[in-house]
Amino acid sequence: MQFFGGSEISPSPPLPTASGNNGHMMYVFNRNGICLLYREWNRPLHTLNAQQDHKLMFGLLFSLKSLTAKMDPTSVDKGNLGVPQLPGQGCSFHSFRTNTYKLSFMESPSGIKIILVTHPRTGDLRESLKYIYNLYVEYVVKNPLYTPGTPIRCELFDSTLDQYVRGLG
Amino acid sequence: MAAIYSLYIINKSGGLIFYKDYGSAGRMDTNDSLRLASLWHSMHAISQQLSPVHGCSGIELLEADTFDLHCFQSLTGTKFFVVSEPGAQHMDGLLKQIYELYTDYVLKNPFYEMEMPIRCELFDINLAQAVLKDRVALLGR
Repeated sequence: MQFFGGSEISPSPPLPTASGNNGHMMYVFNRNGICLLYREWNRPLHTLNAQQDHKLMFGLLFSLKSLTAKMDPTSVDKGNLGVPQLPGQGCSFHSFRTNTYKLSFMESPSGIKIILVTHPRTGDLRESLKYIYNLYVEYVVKNPLYTPGTPIRCELFDSTLDQYVRGLG
Repeated sequence: MAAIYSLYIINKSGGLIFYKDYGSAGRMDTNDSLRLASLWHSMHAISQQLSPVHGCSGIELLEADTFDLHCFQSLTGTKFFVVSEPGAQHMDGLLKQIYELYTDYVLKNPFYEMEMPIRCELFDINLAQAVLKDRVALLGR
């Protein structure tokens, strides 16, 4: 688990690799599993209602994390399957790919989870997620009117995020 | 250093029918591998539900911090997945090869019962050869 350096926002976002508009949707969860933010750019298929969808997504990430922690072939002491772990503890994952989408995942040391769903051919988005985390810190955490643990309603954050994700390769 | 750490084959209802370890650290007993296999089966199914577009057939590649998991699902729902080093390139080919061995030495074995654990000597021998060949190819690269 890496920490994210100083408090200054990184001056230039990672360069987009190709023409953009690849983003499908994005989720931000806090460590209690509350969905702080859900943005949708291109999602023709809805199988569930919004609340159920968020729950399923959080459950998927939680279980995949315990799966990777248990499966980790490089560590000797892995503990038991399903025992909850702190952020940064155990082997985590940063993305998975299916034939129709790619999900990139980042967890901050405080347990904020950022999930970005994009086109399956998108490259490594770890740096982009860090940049989005920086945006979150700058526009949301530093906003005096924001109460931690509540859904994010911040116009400036939304518009900056939209603009950034549209430019992603 | 192994190219692949372990191989799992699960039947269409998520039961582990074959597991082989090729040198991962730490102990994994039978219960653990069974639970991991059925957990993967459910995660694979959930990932299809969360797809933003139609026609999703589940996770093909999971990139964790210390390993990659490549999964191949056959048309009948049997899933083959290998745990490999991060960034291993040729795993799709290896999975197809393992699937071929499975059809030849397991499915064509008249004593094999469908969806039951695989105990076929010829499959074991040929699988060991395929994995060894893959490892040699990796060293040659």
